[in-house]
Amino acid sequence: MQALVTDLGFDVLFKGTNFTRLLGGMWVTLKISLISVALSIVLGILLGVVMTFKNPVTKAICRVYLEIVRIMPQLVLLFIVYYGSARLIGLKFEPEFAAVIVFTFWGTAEMGDLVRGALQSIPKHQYESAYSLGLNRSQTYFSIVIPQTIRRLLPLSINLVTRMIKTTPLIVMIEVVEATKVARQIIDANRVASPNAAFGLFFVIFVLYFAVCWPISLLASHLEKKWSN
Amino acid sequence: MADTVLTINNINKSYGDNLILNGLSLDVHKGEVIVIIGPSGCGKSTLLRCINALEPIQGGEIRLDGELIDGNSRNIAQIRQKIGMVFQNYELFPHKTVLQNIILAPMKVQKRSKVEVTEEAEQLLERVGLLDKKNSYPRQLSGGQKQRVAIVRALCMHPEIMLFDEVTAALDPEMVREVLDTMLELAKNGSTMLIVTHEMNFARAIADRVIFLDGGEIVEEADPEDFFTYPKTERAQKFLDTFEYESVKHHDNEY
Repeated sequence: MQALVTDLGFDVLFKGTNFTRLLGGMWVTLKISLISVALSIVLGILLGVVMTFKNPVTKAICRVYLEIVRIMPQLVLLFIVYYGSARLIGLKFEPEFAAVIVFTFWGTAEMGDLVRGALQSIPKHQYESAYSLGLNRSQTYFSIVIPQTIRRLLPLSINLVTRMIKTTPLIVMIEVVEATKVARQIIDANRVASPNAAFGLFFVIFVLYFAVCWPISLLASHLEKKWSN
Repeated sequence: MADTVLTINNINKSYGDNLILNGLSLDVHKGEVIVIIGPSGCGKSTLLRCINALEPIQGGEIRLDGELIDGNSRNIAQIRQKIGMVFQNYELFPHKTVLQNIILAPMKVQKRSKVEVTEEAEQLLERVGLLDKKNSYPRQLSGGQKQRVAIVRALCMHPEIMLFDEVTAALDPEMVREVLDTMLELAKNGSTMLIVTHEMNFARAIADRVIFLDGGEIVEEADPEDFFTYPKTERAQKFLDTFEYESVKHHDNEY
């Protein structure tokens, strides 16, 4: 048993403060993704409403924004914001701050598109049926349109949230010390004593990500079932 | 004749260059049941939608109890609650139960108490035989049941006039009957109704007056017996003929 633990490199975990350091790295990951997700949801809802406007100017701007986010790899966005901003406007962002900017920029666009889709999927007849009962515009929105929009939106947006969390290891590239970075530091420091550390550490990281994302996925499928019309 | 509830005076409605309603006028009296029939695209449904200001009109005016119906006016919601409308595709709110669908507008719009509205809603549901479905969601109901709930939902607002827009067109044949029976019952109780339908036998049974619409104009307006037995205009005759079938069995050349 002892041998197996060593062979698979789990022993490193229990040396010194390694495990708490790993958890600390995971916390950085979580913090950045949770802040970005929260901002993306708020801004995305606003953007989604703007995207349903028929104004050609707002339409064009939203379109360009969405296409930029879709076409650009997130890594390039990170580099532009972190390294590019320093040269361009003479500002040096903290790496974690730069990460939040990029993830929010990305999340807002995707969330906006989801909100737009959900809003437009409410049939015109639902509005008419509410109006014909004497409901005014705001009553129609709050009692009929928004509740149905949220029901359609939640499962989709939860998938977006897990995607955002899963993409966070990218921020190593702009020198944020998150879970995978901590793991690599530990592996380097124990290269001689535990040459197999990589498997153990990355397996633990896998478990940590799983522990964060799985409940969110469960929630999504639960809501999907509950609200299926 | 009794009091006039709804006055439609010389209205025009067009989509772009396409004229849908052409100088149409009609008075609806209290307690009267009017059935509007005509070929598809003749403007029947559009007429109902204009009455409820779901479509703007380009000329003329529509008044309910003397009050002008105008989709842009501030009190349009006020007027709309006096007009009950039932749509072809039911349009219940999918995220609310049957009971919640019914009591929503009376509570939000008319500020009536939940207890009182619930009681009335349950009585109406009982009348259409759906009291046991009050906590079901629309997706759990058949088409005919949904349509009866939609009728109850409109009724619970105590409208002065009910508009029915091809309410059985999306239903399976065996469910048409239960919806039509509900409407007959309403007519018996003195509701003022404006009905667009393709069910000719039903039209004949329920109507006080039949309006035949073609090309956005009232072509013929008559008592139902007269209309269905001896239509005066050629267009109406032709239309009614489309509901008759000639037998294709040749009895004369028997083997």
